[in-house]
Amino acid sequence: MTAFILRRSLQSIIVLFVMSLIVFVGVNLVGDPVDMLINPEADQAEIDRVIRDLGLDRPVSEQYWYFVVNAFQGDLGRSFIFGEPALKLIIQRMPATMELALFSLLMAVVFGIPLGIYAGLKPNSKVSKTIMAGSILGFSMPTFWVGIILIMFFSVSLGWLPSTGRGEVATYFGITSSIFTLDGLSHIFLPAFNLALFKLSSVIRLARAGTREVILQDYIKFARAKGVAESRVVRVHLLKNIMIPVVTIIGLEFGSLIAFSTVTETVFAWPGMGKLIIDSIYNLDRPVVVAYLMIIVVIFVTLNLIVDILYSVLDPRVRIKGVS
Amino acid sequence: MSAPSQTQNASLPASGLRKFWSDFSESPTAVIALFVFFLILFIAIFAPWVSPSDPYDLTSVDIMNSRLPPGSEDFSGNFYLLGTDGAGRDMLSAIFYGLRVSLGVGALSGFVALIIGAALGLSAAYFGGRFETITMRIVDIQLSFPSILMALIILAAFGKGVEKTIIALILVQWAYYARAARASALVEKNKEYVEAAHCLALGNKRIILSHIAPNCMAPLIVVGTLQTAHAISLEATLSFLGLGLPITEPSLGLLIGNGFEYMYSGDFWISIFPGVALLITIVSINLVGDQLRDMFNPRLQK
Repeated sequence: MTAFILRRSLQSIIVLFVMSLIVFVGVNLVGDPVDMLINPEADQAEIDRVIRDLGLDRPVSEQYWYFVVNAFQGDLGRSFIFGEPALKLIIQRMPATMELALFSLLMAVVFGIPLGIYAGLKPNSKVSKTIMAGSILGFSMPTFWVGIILIMFFSVSLGWLPSTGRGEVATYFGITSSIFTLDGLSHIFLPAFNLALFKLSSVIRLARAGTREVILQDYIKFARAKGVAESRVVRVHLLKNIMIPVVTIIGLEFGSLIAFSTVTETVFAWPGMGKLIIDSIYNLDRPVVVAYLMIIVVIFVTLNLIVDILYSVLDPRVRIKGVS
Repeated sequence: MSAPSQTQNASLPASGLRKFWSDFSESPTAVIALFVFFLILFIAIFAPWVSPSDPYDLTSVDIMNSRLPPGSEDFSGNFYLLGTDGAGRDMLSAIFYGLRVSLGVGALSGFVALIIGAALGLSAAYFGGRFETITMRIVDIQLSFPSILMALIILAAFGKGVEKTIIALILVQWAYYARAARASALVEKNKEYVEAAHCLALGNKRIILSHIAPNCMAPLIVVGTLQTAHAISLEATLSFLGLGLPITEPSLGLLIGNGFEYMYSGDFWISIFPGVALLITIVSINLVGDQLRDMFNPRLQK
């Protein structure tokens, strides 16, 4: 067990190192930030001073070394545009992204499970077939285009819901979020639904498959024979048993929601870290781009490591296969 | 419908052609999807000839005609079925040209990814040992990252451009092919015909290429179909974000992105129609891929 964890941790460190190298060297080959950040009317002395301040005159290898040393001290560079530490900028925007991802996860579960159970209980009804066709469409439709359709329909044509920004935020128990205000809720609804759509399709499929499997089990038959009301069979006996795989998968896929929020945040101008990275790429704000990519890689590598370890605890075969 | 079936079966022996088509046409949805896909392919290939006008010919595009609604006519009597965009280009023509770019990038990246992935996957299964362990470890690691994130990292690090987008799509996709190729090669390499080839003292290269590889094609074709749809969707997303193709290669994603700013003033067609074209393309490829998967799935075979 310890050997397994050690080997996986070592592997994670290698992945982190390779990623940091790719990201750093790659970003250093893009454009020339000197042209973009220095006033064209500045004299040579001024240009030299800024280049020295930003460390742009050093060789790339040396810049990388400083980057690694500083990264371990929590310093991922200073934004060229905002003049603030890149890490601070990203952490400031992280709650908005987390809030969006969590809210859409909630939506996927709240809408997906009843629809999936219904499709599983009555697999041949017209409604079920519509639900399943809808879930195929949900898989096929590109997220950004659905977002545009949602804005066009609900914001531009009907004028029901706002399409940009986070709205009013309020703070309770030390958490600042827009879900505590009515205005904030109206702002989060469309982007969260957009982000949830893809996951919604998988939840529907999982819930349907689970329902069709569980419904044949003896305890369901027994509950029915005992005369338990059908609604109670579904709510208690069925729901509890299909939740396990659904929750597992949803938990594992939380990371991909954060990755996909880049797209949704751009469409809905949601002030999260996904929008920050896209803006920073446009502006060639290298420290922010590098810092974002490193943070997201760290998040993913950590998530994957935790999942791997959890799996090996739950299923020893994973561990044994890893040894061979 | 005979033409599509022949094209589909070009790589299969002629005797299997009839059986293939009769299996495939069991699902009417898949036949319609295949027909739609060939129509799209035709439009994409012959875009310069089937388009009403050349949307990128500056002499024929007039800014005075910008943002005309669908079905309108300009002063010189040109008809715009799907309206015009912000620069006065005919949307229908722009979509036809966009399909060309989107399908081209999707197919090219899918093909290269197939070659690289299949080569690594087949060799991994055939040679085994340390090479297999390391290759498959890399595949696992790569598949644990969402594709959008991988593409984002590559494009954020190396910048936008046609070749960079294609490279990003290849790097995102190859692992899927490698996994599929290895899985089927592991089964094939223990079969008698491979043993017979060993007895004939054929070289490794020849055994892999002319004996194992042809027998692993079926699952790779399925993965290839579904992955191409995925690649087209991913390219559109990246181009929409402004990270993918440059403005000189206007794919469907870029067209949608260009229309986005006009949408708030109610000019829906500039964004919506390219999106519909994208959706039809992706759904038709996915439906064909689903049917192929069902056909090649031994558990569903009668």
